[in-house]
Amino acid sequence: MRGMSELEAGKCNLPAESELELGLGLSLGGGAWKERGRILTAKDFPSVGSKRSAESSSHQGASPPRSSQVVGWPPIGSHRMNSLVNNQAMKVAKAEEEDGEKNVVKNDELKDVSMKVNGKVQGLGFVKVNMDGVGIGRKVDMRAQSSYENLAQTLEEMFFGMTGTTSREKVKPLRLLDGSSDFVLTYEDKEGDWMLVGDVPWRMFINSVKRLRIMGTSEASGLAPRHQEQKDRQRNKPV
Amino acid sequence: MNYFPDEVIEHVFDFVVSHKDRNSISLVCKSWHKIERFSRKEVFIGNCYAINPERLIGRFPCLKSLTLKGKPHFADFNLVPHEWGGFVLPWIEALARSRVGLEELRLKRMVVTDESLELLSRSFANFKSLVLVSCEGFTTDGLASIATNCRHLRELDLQENEIDDHRGQWLNCFPDSCTTLISLNFACLKGETNVAALERLVARSPNLKSLKLNRAVPLDALARLMSCAPQLVDLGVGSYENEPDPESFAKLMTAIEKCISLRSLSGFLEVAPLCLPAFYPICQNLISLNLSYAAEIQGNHLIKLIQLCKRLQRLWILDSIGDKGLVVVADTCKELQELRVFPSDVHGEEDNIAAVTEVGLVAISAGCPKLHSILYFCKQMTNAALIAVAKNCPNFIRFRLCILEPHKPDHITSQSLDEGFGAIVQACKGLRRLSVSGLLTDQVFLYIGMYAEQLEMLSIAFAGDTDKGMLYVLNGCKKMRKLEIRDSPFGNAALLADVGRYETMRSLWMSSCEVTLGGCKRLAQNSPRLNVEIINENENNRMEQNEEDEGEKVDKLYLYRTVVGTRKDAPPYVRIL
Repeated sequence: MRGMSELEAGKCNLPAESELELGLGLSLGGGAWKERGRILTAKDFPSVGSKRSAESSSHQGASPPRSSQVVGWPPIGSHRMNSLVNNQAMKVAKAEEEDGEKNVVKNDELKDVSMKVNGKVQGLGFVKVNMDGVGIGRKVDMRAQSSYENLAQTLEEMFFGMTGTTSREKVKPLRLLDGSSDFVLTYEDKEGDWMLVGDVPWRMFINSVKRLRIMGTSEASGLAPRHQEQKDRQRNKPV
Repeated sequence: MNYFPDEVIEHVFDFVVSHKDRNSISLVCKSWHKIERFSRKEVFIGNCYAINPERLIGRFPCLKSLTLKGKPHFADFNLVPHEWGGFVLPWIEALARSRVGLEELRLKRMVVTDESLELLSRSFANFKSLVLVSCEGFTTDGLASIATNCRHLRELDLQENEIDDHRGQWLNCFPDSCTTLISLNFACLKGETNVAALERLVARSPNLKSLKLNRAVPLDALARLMSCAPQLVDLGVGSYENEPDPESFAKLMTAIEKCISLRSLSGFLEVAPLCLPAFYPICQNLISLNLSYAAEIQGNHLIKLIQLCKRLQRLWILDSIGDKGLVVVADTCKELQELRVFPSDVHGEEDNIAAVTEVGLVAISAGCPKLHSILYFCKQMTNAALIAVAKNCPNFIRFRLCILEPHKPDHITSQSLDEGFGAIVQACKGLRRLSVSGLLTDQVFLYIGMYAEQLEMLSIAFAGDTDKGMLYVLNGCKKMRKLEIRDSPFGNAALLADVGRYETMRSLWMSSCEVTLGGCKRLAQNSPRLNVEIINENENNRMEQNEEDEGEKVDKLYLYRTVVGTRKDAPPYVRIL
C-alpha cells in the first residue's frame, strides 16, 4: 500500500472515481504542470477511495511521498528535527569531502569555504518559508534544491493557489525570480539581515540562508542586496 | 460538619499532592472546598484557554507554583501557526497585579516574550524556578533579566525552546551573590556561551545538581566544570568533535571519576566516539541516559556504553543502535522502564540500512519486565510482533509506535495492523496513552473502544476508513481527555454524534479530515462551553463571507472546553465559531 499523494489543487472536492488527470492538468498554469509530472488520481490508490490526504511539498511524478515531505510527518518535534537535519547535512558534507576529487565543480573553492567552517557544516536543511497573506508557513529542504531556479519552482509549487484565488479561478505562476510578478523572494541571512534572493552565488546563499519570505513587491521596495535592513528586533513576534 | 478545626484539615490536605485528588477533595463539601482553595500551592492548567488568570487567582489566591500549557500537541510538528496563541504575558501581568507569591512557573508550548520574562523577574521576590518546554518568542535578553533579578533562583530549565541567541552575556548577569542554583539547563541555546562566566557560576553553586550544557561548551571546559561540581546528579554534555589530546582526556577522566553521584547523562550533541570511554566508570550508576541527539555515535560505540549501564531505567536513543543494539539493551538493562527510539534518518534515503525493526521491539519487550513506556520509530512492523509484545509486556502505560511511512501494512502478511494494536490494548489494561500508525482500518478503533478503558490520550494519523472508527473511540473510551487526529476520513457524522462528550475532554484536534465548516458550525451552536476553532490555510477564503461554503472541508479543527468563552487574542486566520 503506497503512501498517499494528492495535489492540493485549489482544494476541489475530488469525486471518487473520476479521471481527474486531464481536467485539472489543463486549467492550471498550462504547460508548466506537465513538465513537473502528472497529478495523481484516485486510480493510483485502488483501495482507498476518495480520502483526503496529506499535502506533498514536491511533486516527483507518481512516486509516493517520502515521509519527510508530508507536512508535520514524521511526528518529531521541530527542535529535534532541526538537529537531525543539521547532522545529516554534516554527514553528506563529510562524505563529499572524502569523495573529494571525484566531483570537481566549478565553484569548488567556494564549496570548501561554504560547506566547512571549522569542520562544521553551516545551516543546510529545512528552512521556514512564509508568504505574505498566507497564515501558515512551510518548510523547504534546502539540501534538495540545486539552484535558484529549482528553489523558485519548489516554492511556487508549495504556495500554488495561495495567492488569493479560489479553486475555480486560474492561478498565476508566481515567477519569483524575474521581477515581473507581484511577489519577490527574500531571505534572512546568518547576521539577521533580510536580502533579496539571487544576488550571491548559490553555494554562498545556501550556506547563509536562515529563513525565506515571499514578500509583496510594494513592501520590498526598500530592500536591496547587502544593505542593512532595519532589523526586526522586536522578537516578541516570532514568525 | 467538620470534627476537626480547619488547621488540622488543612494539615491533612498537605499530604494530598496530586491535582486530581485535590480536585476531588474540593468537591466534597463547601467547607472542604474553602479550605482546599486557600491551601492549594500548586496549580496545573492543561489548557491556558480553559480558564483565565483572574478566575484562577480568585480561586487559589495562595498559589506558589503554576503550570500552564498552551498550544495543542501537534504544534510540535509545525501544524499550528506560530501566532496561534498561548501568550503568557497576560498571566504574568495578572499574577503580578494580584501580588501572588509566585515561586515557580512551568510553561509548555507557550509564547514567552522578553517583556514577560522581565516582568516575571521583577514582580515576585521569592521566585525560584522557571521551566520552559517547547516555548518560543524570547531571546537571551529575557534570560538575562531572570539571571539579574531573581535573587533566589534555584532552577532555570530550558528544554527544546526556540530562543533567539543574541550572543549576549546572560550568564554574566547572575550576581556574585547568587549561590542558590540547583538546576541549570541551557542545552537548546544555539549561540556562543561565555564559558568563563559559566565556570564562575558553577564554582559558586554548591547545591548544583543538574547542569545541561549547549553545543558551545568545549571539552576542556567540561572537565573543569565537572571538577568544580562533583556533586552533580544530572549532566548534559555539550559537544566536542575533535579527538582530545591525551592530557585533556586524562583531565576529563579524572573529573568524571569523581562524579560518583551522577545518575543521568544526556547531550553529546556532536561527539568524537573516542571521548565516550571517559564516561565508562560512571555508567554503572546511571539510571537515565539520553543519547537521542548524539547522531555521531555509531551503533557499536553505543552498545559498548550501554553494556555497562546495568541500572538504567530510562533510555532515549537513536535507531542507529539497530536491532542488535536493542538486543543488548534487553540483555543488560533489566530495570528499564522507559524507552524512546528516534529515527536518525528522516529522509528515508538510506533504505539499505535497516535501522530498528519489529525484532528489536520484541527483544526489548521480552527482556525488560518493568517496561511501561515506549516511543518507537521504525520502518516496518508486523502483527505477530505486536502480539508478542503485548504478551510479554502487559504493563504498558504509554505505547507510541510510529511507522515512518503512512499506511504501511504488516510487511510480511501485507495485512493491516489492526490485530497487532488490538492485542496491545487488550493486554495492557492500564494503558493511558496510545499512538497508532501503519495501515489501519476501522477495526482497530473498535478494539480500542472495547478494551482501552483507561485511555486518556490517543493520536491517530492516516488511519481508519469511515466515521465508525472515530465513533468507536468516542463511545468506548470513557476516560479520553485528548484526542488528536490527522489525515483520516472522519467527518461530521462522527464529530456531531455526541457533542456533550467534548466537555468531558480537554481537547479534540482534527486536521485534514472530512469535517466541514457546516458541521463545525452545528457543533459550536449548542456548545457554549466549548471553543471551536477553525484554522484555515487559505485565509483569503474567509474574506468572502457571503460565499461561505458550508460544505467546504475544514483544514484544522481544534476544540476545547472552557469556562471563559471565546478568547480575544486569536489571529485573523483562526476563526472561533
